[in-house]
Amino acid sequence: MKVLLRASESRWLAPAAVLAAVLLTLLLTAVPIRLAGANPAAAFERYLVTPLTTFGSLGEVLLTATPLLFTGLAVAIAFRVGYFNIGAEGQFLAGTIAASIPALYLPDLPAPIALPLALAAGAVGGTAWAFLPAWLKRHAGIDEVVTTLLLNPVALLLVQGLLNGPWRNSATGFPDSDRFGAGYDLPRLIEGSRVHAGLLLAVLLVAVTWIVMSATPLGLRLRAAGQSPSAARFSGIRVTSLQWRCALVSGAVAGLGGASQVLGVQHQLTASVSNGYGYTGIVVATLGALAAGGVLLAALLLGTISVGAQNASIVLQLPTQMGAIVSSTLLLAAVGFLAARRYRLALRRRRVR
Amino acid sequence: MDFPILAVLAATFTIATPLVWAGLGAVINERAGILNLGIEGIMYAGAFVGFLTAASTGSLALGLTAAIVAGLAAGALMGLLTVTLGVNQHVAGIGTTLLLIAASEFTNRLLFSSGSQTITVKFDRILSGFFAQYPMTYVAFLLLAPALWWLLRSSGFGLRLRAVGENPEAADAAGIPVARTRYAALMLGSALMAVGGAFLTLSLLGSFTLDIVGGRGWICIALVIFGRWRVWPVVAGALLFGFTDALQLQLAITPFFSAVPNELMIAFPYLVVIAALAIWGRGVRYPGAYLTPYRRA
Repeated sequence: MKVLLRASESRWLAPAAVLAAVLLTLLLTAVPIRLAGANPAAAFERYLVTPLTTFGSLGEVLLTATPLLFTGLAVAIAFRVGYFNIGAEGQFLAGTIAASIPALYLPDLPAPIALPLALAAGAVGGTAWAFLPAWLKRHAGIDEVVTTLLLNPVALLLVQGLLNGPWRNSATGFPDSDRFGAGYDLPRLIEGSRVHAGLLLAVLLVAVTWIVMSATPLGLRLRAAGQSPSAARFSGIRVTSLQWRCALVSGAVAGLGGASQVLGVQHQLTASVSNGYGYTGIVVATLGALAAGGVLLAALLLGTISVGAQNASIVLQLPTQMGAIVSSTLLLAAVGFLAARRYRLALRRRRVR
Repeated sequence: MDFPILAVLAATFTIATPLVWAGLGAVINERAGILNLGIEGIMYAGAFVGFLTAASTGSLALGLTAAIVAGLAAGALMGLLTVTLGVNQHVAGIGTTLLLIAASEFTNRLLFSSGSQTITVKFDRILSGFFAQYPMTYVAFLLLAPALWWLLRSSGFGLRLRAVGENPEAADAAGIPVARTRYAALMLGSALMAVGGAFLTLSLLGSFTLDIVGGRGWICIALVIFGRWRVWPVVAGALLFGFTDALQLQLAITPFFSAVPNELMIAFPYLVVIAALAIWGRGVRYPGAYLTPYRRA
C-alpha cells in the first residue's frame, strides 16, 4: 500500500470527509458517555436534536451562538490572510472592559447614544488589545501566535483586577461590576427569549465579510495573500500591510463580540464573561472553513451542542465538559479527514528500494 | 528593609521547573519542525492523570509514569494529525489543547464532582536552606537539560531530528525516516510537557485544581523563541520567568507594594516575557521546516 497525492478531486469528497468526521466523532465520544453511565444515543439526541425542537431552547441556541459568531468571524478574518491570531479570547475580554467603561461611568445616557457608544468602545478595546502583537509582527517580525496567546491570560487578569478593585459591586461587595444603566441594554429580538440585537449585528458582520471576501478586489487580494503569500507578493500585493489591517479588524470584531455579550446578556462585567469563547472561535472558524457562511453554520452547530450539554448535565448527569469534548473531537476529526482527502491509497506494484 | 533574596532565588528554581520540562519538550518538537500548541493541554492532562493515578494507587512513581504515558499518547495524536495527515499545526495544537483540558475536567467532575482534591502523598523537598528543592527540580536542571543538550548536539538521534526539522527533503534523500523521526520527537517532547504538568500536582501543590496550568504552556512556546531553539538559553528564559514570578510573589507580601493590585503583579511575568520577546525575538531564524508538513514529491 502506498499513499499518493490525488491528481484531481471529485466534488463529493469534501462532504464525504465531513460526514466521516461526524461519524468518527459520534463513535469516539460514545466511549466516555458510556463510562459516565449514560446512553450514547440518548446523549447525542440531547446534544444535537433536543435543543432545536422547542422554542425556548432554540432561543438559547441563538443566544449561545452569538458570541461564537463574533469570535469565529474574528479568527476567520485573520487566519484567511495568514495572520494566526490566537488571541480572540483576550480581545473579546478587552471588548467587555471597554464597553463597560461608558456603561459604568455614564450610566444615565439614553439608549440611542449609549448603545453605539458602548459598542464602539468594545470594538476599540478589541483593536487596542490586538494592536501590540500586530505591531510587533509588522515592525519586528515577531511571531503573532505567541504574543496573542500570552495576552489572553493578561486580559483575564485585567478583568479580575478591575472587579476586585475599582469596579467591585457597590451594593454586594462581590467581584462583579454594578449593573449597567438601563440605556445600555441591547434590545431583545424575540419576545420570550433572551436573544438580543447582538445576534443581528453578528449576522450583519458575517454578511459584510462574505460580500467583501467574495465580490470585491480587496477580498481577492486577501484570499491571494492567505493562499500563497509569495505569489501574492510577486504580483504586487502588499501582504504585510493586509495582514496588519486584518489583524486589527479581527481584534475589533472580537471586541465587538465582548461588548455584545456584556450589553446583551450579562448587563454587568463578571470574571466569567468569556467562558472560552475566544478559543472556541478557532474551532468555529476552522469548522467553517474560514468562510463567512461556514462560520455562521459552525457557530450554530457549536451553540446547539453547548445548549445540549447544559441540558444533558441536568437530565443525564453528564458533566457539561462533554460538550467541549464533542466539539474539539469534531474539530480534530474534521481537519484530519479533510487533510486525508487530498491523498489516495494505491497498491504498490513493485518495490523501488 | 530586609529583602529575602535567597528565598526569592530558591523560589525561582522551583517556579522554573515545570517551564524547563515543558519548554525543553517544545524545543524538541520545534527542532523537528512541529509547533506543538497542544502543550497547554498536555501539561494539563499530565497534571491531572499524574494526580489521579497517584491519588488512587498511593504511588507517586506510578503517578509520574501515568503522566508520561499520557504525554506519549498525546504526542502520538499530534503526530497523526500533523505528520501523517499534514493538518495545519496551529489548529491541530489548539484542538488538542481544548480536547485534553475538556477530557481532564470531565473525568475530574465525574469522579470527584467538586473542584479540588488533595493527595496524601507528594514529593518532598530534599536537602535544606537554599538547596531545599523538589527532586524533579534537580532532575530538570542537572540531568534533563545537559542530557537534551547532548542529545540534540551530538547524538545520532539529535542529528536526525534536526535534519528533518531543517530540511526534510535532504534528510529523506540521506535515508532518514522523516515521519518516524518526527513522531519520536513529538512523543518525547510531549512526555516532557506532561511531566512538567505533573510537577504542579505531584510536587508543588499535592492537589488538582481547575485551570492549574494557567498559561504556563504558552509561556514555554514564547521561551523557545526567546531561547532560539537552544537548550541552555531556554533554561535561562525559564529562570528569568521564574525570577520575575518569584519576585512578584515576594513583593506582593511586602508592605511597600501592598497598594499594587495583586492581578497586576501576577500579570507582570507575562508582560516581561512579551517584552523580552520584543527585544530579543527580532530576526530570529526559525527551523527550516517549521510548520511545514513533509510529503515525498
